[in-house]
Amino acid sequence: MSEPRLVEVRRNVLKQNDILARALREQFRAAGVFVVSLVSSPGSGKTTFLEKTLTQLQPRYRVAALVGDLATENDAVRLARSKAPVKQITTGTLCHLEAGMVQNALQEWNLHQFDFLFIENVGNLVCPSSYDLGENLRLVLMSVTEGEDKPLKYPTIFNSADVAVITKNELADAVEFDWETARKSIESVRPGMRIFRLSAKTGDGMEAYLEFLSQQRAENQAVAQT
Amino acid sequence: MHELSIAMGIVEAAMDEAQRRGVRVSAVHLRLGALSGVVKDALLFSYDVACQDTPLQGSRLIVEDVPIAVFCPKCKEQRVLPSLQSFTCPECNTPTMDIRQGKELEVFALEVEE
Repeated sequence: MSEPRLVEVRRNVLKQNDILARALREQFRAAGVFVVSLVSSPGSGKTTFLEKTLTQLQPRYRVAALVGDLATENDAVRLARSKAPVKQITTGTLCHLEAGMVQNALQEWNLHQFDFLFIENVGNLVCPSSYDLGENLRLVLMSVTEGEDKPLKYPTIFNSADVAVITKNELADAVEFDWETARKSIESVRPGMRIFRLSAKTGDGMEAYLEFLSQQRAENQAVAQT
Repeated sequence: MHELSIAMGIVEAAMDEAQRRGVRVSAVHLRLGALSGVVKDALLFSYDVACQDTPLQGSRLIVEDVPIAVFCPKCKEQRVLPSLQSFTCPECNTPTMDIRQGKELEVFALEVEE
């Protein structure tokens, strides 16, 4: 046997996911649907926040949602109360969504019927950061009960996201949430990141965030048409 | 813990390249960015599991850590960040999100035997 030799190959391990994500993004663009994904740790209030988002956008927009979980259809049932089309993706043992799962879940839907599509990822602040889902905007959620330094502990996911949403603001005083420290943590791992602080329960702060989504969608449409 | 599926992706990519060249792989060289979202130790452990019952069984995974490098708009230079917790230029403290390096998850070479 000859001596081992080194051959250069240069292959992106996530190439397959990235190719699918690119195809999805093009599909979304062609259908005129603006896609927002949500990542957070379990229990940060993602589903309540998404339920309110779907409900409050509906008078003006046609909305739909995909929701990822390891098991159960509970979240899809909760979100269905908003009357928006909702589909559950059950990942089994997988801790994150991949572009292929999104593609499969969307097969029966005509994307032209929607203005907004939301994708709720599995509750996990680590693994989802590696996978592009073809979304236009990635929101990372963090509740006031989680501690102000969460962004410093999970810098990769905050860095990969476009917008931070601080949830459960109605509990901020009770848990002595230090807003300035949290803001600095986010700014440190993701300079210039847009931050919303709100309560899905009381509705406080939702308006500014929903207005932001409208604007982002409008800007995206304008770019897509040129 | 998504390192097992990443490891399986690495094995698949390496097997595909090896088959195309008609060679046997003794080691896989991987470039792993600090922002890739992959934990090195978990990946090394998962690699052995992913190799089982494949032509790559017994091969080694050699990981080259790739630090984050950003472009500083003030210095007009590429700078390596000492930590993931602070996206500011280590020289002048200017915040920057112009990431030039650190997201790599790439099989860049194979050690092969004919």
